[in-house]
Amino acid sequence: MSATLLAGAILASGVMIALAMACATLRLLRGPRAQDRVLALDALYVNGMLLLLVFGIRSGTTLYFEAALVIALLGFVATAALAKFLMRGEVIE
Amino acid sequence: MRRLLPFLLLWACLCAMWLLLVGGVSPGSLLLGAALAAGACWGYALLEPGRARLRRPLVAARLFLDVLADVIRSNVAVAGIILRPGRADRRAGFVRIPLALRAPGGLAVLACILTAAPGTAWVEYDSATGVLLLHILDLVEEETWVRTVKDRYERPLLEIFA
Amino acid sequence: MTPLEQLPAWAAVPAALLLLAGAAMTLLGSIGLLRLGGFYERVHAPTLGTSAGIACVLLASMLVFSVLQSRPVLHELLVGLAVIVTTPVTLMLLARAALYRDRQEADATVPARQPDAPAAGPPAAPLAAPLAAPSAGPGKEPPAGDAASAAP
Repeated sequence: MSATLLAGAILASGVMIALAMACATLRLLRGPRAQDRVLALDALYVNGMLLLLVFGIRSGTTLYFEAALVIALLGFVATAALAKFLMRGEVIE
Repeated sequence: MRRLLPFLLLWACLCAMWLLLVGGVSPGSLLLGAALAAGACWGYALLEPGRARLRRPLVAARLFLDVLADVIRSNVAVAGIILRPGRADRRAGFVRIPLALRAPGGLAVLACILTAAPGTAWVEYDSATGVLLLHILDLVEEETWVRTVKDRYERPLLEIFA
Repeated sequence: MTPLEQLPAWAAVPAALLLLAGAAMTLLGSIGLLRLGGFYERVHAPTLGTSAGIACVLLASMLVFSVLQSRPVLHELLVGLAVIVTTPVTLMLLARAALYRDRQEADATVPARQPDAPAAGPPAAPLAAPLAAPSAGPGKEPPAGDAASAAP
């Protein structure tokens, strides 16, 4: 009983996070300005990380956790570099 | 040894991080973690960071609880704003807050607090004048926000990073 | 079938509730990203996901794995720590970049850059006053010598 409840909750939260990713993608495509797109990309990273964590709970392995950690750190680097790019128009200076 | 002593807290945190990452306490992982943390602290000391001094652990604990409560409260508030977008009396805007806090560590913690709470966003800090520019999603009254930031967050931070 | 069936009810029910709450907050944040108008309002939306969403999902994950492996599994704290430390940096950088770009285009809805107190003439008194509205205050009249924010 409780296992089906948890399985249902995992499925529902997976669907919700996927919808959240869709919203972020829509904002990414719609813009209107570059900073909006970068913000949407950052949200997309976070949502993808959450989706991986939910997958991890579903499969019962901690393998997904490491992928989530890597995504969190890569997302940070990517957003920081993009914000830097928006600021000056170049990443390397 | 005396030069490495200030980094004892950093060393302990790095050790704890390593043990969490490995996922268990065994003599081997403890030894490797201690060695790695010592190496990282040594490398950090070579960067010649300014010394941050932490005091008043009780004030810090109370600040943590306050921030936790504020984050939960503002999460609910922002969720309400998103669910009911057409509210006429909601007004978003910028607020300038003059800060007395100058310690870099304290400013970093303040930035973490203000960004972690939905509804307030740190936009700009002018280190020459010490004026912070915030964007606030539900700007009912500027004076309240200035008071909140200054009394609730800045004052304990001034005590902690004295 | 799945290892989740070995989970007792006292752990499964809170984990399910936490997961649902976290996912709902994340979804709300992304809906806000879509619905709110203007960049500076949208900056606030993803923080729902990075505060409540992450916290709830990580708590659920810690609960499930700790009970399944019958030992405290806390490495999710590392993800939480990484998110808490990195989110302010990214959002701050993005907000500053947006402000910089808006000022470059002389957008009147963002507050103008304040003149450096010692260099420019105006006294330091107005610096202490909170800004009334995006369009009011010092934004209306860009100080002389501040070419970046001079209105056309």
